Amino acid sequence: MRELLNPIFWEPFGLTIKLAFITTLFLYLVGIPIAYYLAYTKFRFRAVLEAIIAMPLVLPPSVLGFYFLLAFSQNGFLGALWKDLFGHQLAFHFDGLVIGSIIFSLPFMVHPLLSGFKAMDKFQIEAAHTMGKGKFQTLLKVILPAIKSSLATGGVISFAHTVGEFGVVLMIGGNIDGETKVASIAIYNEVEALNYSMAHSYSLILFAFSFAILWLVYVKLGNEVKGSFHA
Amino acid sequence: MLEISISKKLLGATGIIDFEVTCTFEKGEFWTIFGESGIGKTTLLRMIAGLDTPDRGSITMDGEVWFDSKKRINLIPQKRKVGFVFQNYALFENMSVLQNLLFAQPHKDISKAEEILEAMGLLALKERLPNTLSGGQRQRVALARSIAQEPKILLLDEPLSALDALTRSRLQDELKKTHEIFKLTSLMVSHDRSEVFKLSDQVLWLKEGKIFQMGKPKEIFLSKTSTSKFSFEGEILNIEKKDVIYVVTIGIDKQIVEVVVDESEVQELQVGNIINVSTKAFAPIIKIK
Repeated sequence: MRELLNPIFWEPFGLTIKLAFITTLFLYLVGIPIAYYLAYTKFRFRAVLEAIIAMPLVLPPSVLGFYFLLAFSQNGFLGALWKDLFGHQLAFHFDGLVIGSIIFSLPFMVHPLLSGFKAMDKFQIEAAHTMGKGKFQTLLKVILPAIKSSLATGGVISFAHTVGEFGVVLMIGGNIDGETKVASIAIYNEVEALNYSMAHSYSLILFAFSFAILWLVYVKLGNEVKGSFHA
Repeated sequence: MLEISISKKLLGATGIIDFEVTCTFEKGEFWTIFGESGIGKTTLLRMIAGLDTPDRGSITMDGEVWFDSKKRINLIPQKRKVGFVFQNYALFENMSVLQNLLFAQPHKDISKAEEILEAMGLLALKERLPNTLSGGQRQRVALARSIAQEPKILLLDEPLSALDALTRSRLQDELKKTHEIFKLTSLMVSHDRSEVFKLSDQVLWLKEGKIFQMGKPKEIFLSKTSTSKFSFEGEILNIEKKDVIYVVTIGIDKQIVEVVVDESEVQELQVGNIINVSTKAFAPIIKIK
């Protein structure tokens, strides 16, 4: 019990929540335009774009993580660019985890939003257009408020999915205290070190936390969210 | 004044329809676009609003070109200043009644919006959300909202079709009253003759994508009648032999009547025929219900 009072013990959780929060925030910024574009624009290579977005659903996280590692290291394209801009590479850094998580959780944000956009009454959109409102204003004032349950679903699922991430983080983040050691990695560490009581503590807290989130989602959003985990 | 001369290939219920209409709508008139479903009535309104694009032709409003296929002009809906009342009303569910009107206004003006609500008897509902309103109230809010747009023309796509007969009849009166107050040039799609008769100054009757008849409702709908005093159009629903006579069941609007005919008359008749039922010798009796 003594370890629960140690701030070091809680550090991975703090990092996990921070990562999930920032990832979800960016996913809204990225996911809304992508889902909007997919829902309302006709173009030739739609299937290609949809397949790319859905890839993280089927690829083993280690495959994604491996390619991220190549791209994020200082020899990689993104890592080199990042180093020029911010003075550090992306691999083994919190920023890298954020970018990796955004891509990894993208389908969990885009799919609920896409079904929200598609189910949206198109006459309301047209009505706003006849009222002289441009596309951006219509999106902000008419469409997003109308699909707020999809927004909530996308946010909660992306958040939960980021909390539960392991493979990608392990590949690109390594295991740096306070930088990349999130809760799921901490558990792995403790098990490796045969420190089962610590592993238990971490696991149980993560277990309870995940359950609480999902329970809240099902109570609040009910049917809207069901099935979205397999989206 | 709205002048249109447009053509478009449409995929109708019975195949491809060559939609071709040339017409001028004078300022302040109430027009009904009349005809069977699936022949492009709604598409005509949508093309005027800029929500659909004609294949060829032109649309000009008070001298301003909205669409011209030759000059490649196609104004976006945002720039056309049309008020469109959709069949499902398309109210913004996250906004109150008043907010719906404010959003529609070109320049936000609460007192003006409230005046419109007042004129249409909706002021008491101004804080309500659309999903707490009845069908008839939603329809009126949709109408009020498009008036708040201060449009050059009001387009109504079967605005009363989703309502029950009583509400519908009441709202027809209101629609007429509203038109008299605001004097907006209006185009309404309808396939209900009594509605057309009650509301419109002019009728544009479309058949298979072309203008079938055009003019005042009286001229159009009464011109076909014979010299008989009393005449209705109906559809034969059933023909039954009873001893030496035949009983023909006919549907006239929402009524079903039975008419006795003899063998020589029945030869020409078939179930599904559209026929005229008229009487000459008797004076009809009218009673208030």
